[in-house]
Amino acid sequence: MDKAAIVGVAQTKYERRKKDQIFADMVFDVTRAALDDAGFSIEDIDNVVTVSNDFFDGRTISGMAVGDASGGQDKNISTVSGDGTFGAFYGLMRVLSGYKATLVVAHCKGSESSAHLTTNGMFDPIFHRHLGIEAISSAALQANVYMNKYNIREEDIALVSVKNHGNAKNNPYAQLPMDITVDDVMKSRKIADPLKLLDCCPVSDGAAAMIIVNETMAGKGKKKPVWIKGVAHCCEEYFLGDRDLANPTALKSAARRAYDMAGIKRPIKDIDVAEVLEPFSYMEPLWLEGLDFCKSGKGSELLKDGVTVMGGNLPVNPSGGALSANPILVAGMARIIEAALQVRGEAGARQVKGANTALAHGFNGPCGQSHCVWIVSGNK
Amino acid sequence: MTEWIKDVEPLTLKGQIAVPYTWWVGETGSRFLVSIRDKQKILGSKCNACGTVFVPPRKNCGRCFVDIDQWVDIADEGVIEACTIVHYSHPVQPVKPPFAYALIKLDGADVGFLHIIKKDLNRIKNGVRVKAKFKEERTGHILDIDSFELI
Repeated sequence: MDKAAIVGVAQTKYERRKKDQIFADMVFDVTRAALDDAGFSIEDIDNVVTVSNDFFDGRTISGMAVGDASGGQDKNISTVSGDGTFGAFYGLMRVLSGYKATLVVAHCKGSESSAHLTTNGMFDPIFHRHLGIEAISSAALQANVYMNKYNIREEDIALVSVKNHGNAKNNPYAQLPMDITVDDVMKSRKIADPLKLLDCCPVSDGAAAMIIVNETMAGKGKKKPVWIKGVAHCCEEYFLGDRDLANPTALKSAARRAYDMAGIKRPIKDIDVAEVLEPFSYMEPLWLEGLDFCKSGKGSELLKDGVTVMGGNLPVNPSGGALSANPILVAGMARIIEAALQVRGEAGARQVKGANTALAHGFNGPCGQSHCVWIVSGNK
Repeated sequence: MTEWIKDVEPLTLKGQIAVPYTWWVGETGSRFLVSIRDKQKILGSKCNACGTVFVPPRKNCGRCFVDIDQWVDIADEGVIEACTIVHYSHPVQPVKPPFAYALIKLDGADVGFLHIIKKDLNRIKNGVRVKAKFKEERTGHILDIDSFELI
């Protein structure tokens, strides 16, 4: 792969309800902030990728509504309706195919529609949608399979929520910084067994933007470029019943391809910090297994052993993750941005000391049907 | 300069998109639903390349990327492979919570079949056997199977 880098990043603060900002206001703010961060002007950008979902936005071709706000006028602009990691992947592809600087911007206002109804819409309309299944209940089925297969206790996944809400206290963009205990999670309201309220992400509003450039442009930014060393995504079956929900095969495949590109031999040693998309607590250990940081069924032991906490060998989600703010689609891009900030050494109170190689992960579809894995580094 | 923003009352606008769709169920899906409607029998399809028996039946095998043309009778009972009891409500759910979703490995099939369980929620767990309860009046719809019940 030709060299490409992330040179500008920006996020809004993530909130339950942004009453004072419409989609375009958020997009304009983060677009301008990402340009400022890079030391670029809008004239330096030669193409734009927006990330949004028509069901969530309540309008078709929802990317067109933020074309002006993203500086897309007179530029090649198109939209990815999927997680921000996939939007960024498309942005990278454009740079690799000859564009010099892609602005990728994602937005979502979870507060303005119904996540139950919109995520019910991702299921097959003939066989599944009328059963009422949606993101939370399908995730609960996955948690049930995974935890039963490996005898993982509810307290074990509750600990993920405790860690990530605690980490969020160091992240000024996070929505839910909280001091909570495993007991608090266990006593929180039942949502869909085994998931309780504090095992689940909040409803969030927010936007994020990043600028991906070729090697020439990377030298023109004002910040240290964050080099993209490896990226891959992979998909598995659509129907839940066709999949082994405890074995994220698409993630394993994506991770292997990204590691091969980046020259990562031993992920647990070679990677300094990971930001993974975990809107539900059980997902963090399951994805860590898929990412080959440990053997299958051992993901929750990494946390119990202190590996994934701040100060551990592999801090996971220093930002607080999606459990602490989940603007849908934006949340995956936030993982890349947080990884980039870590590599730059600009992650403030959540900085992992000496972080130089970082992993970011996002997914699309119920129970992680399709995963995207990024490896970024300070080394060219 | 932007001091006036503090005094603005944040208005909202209510809206709803209700677009009617008429989805063609397809040849394979139609045969499956007609069989449930007219005979209370569940059909699957078997990939001749990998041998996987799918239910609901598929016209193609995504794993082998081949056509599927072999039909297989599937039992109306099987084993729970995954389950969750739902404690919240939204308008698309077919029944009021609490109720359960389950992935059920029906006898004769190789993949899980997603459906709901309404009764005996305190006794459901993975490995338990369940049986389909068909509705009296059936229309060629996935909810012609009212739910699954513990055996």
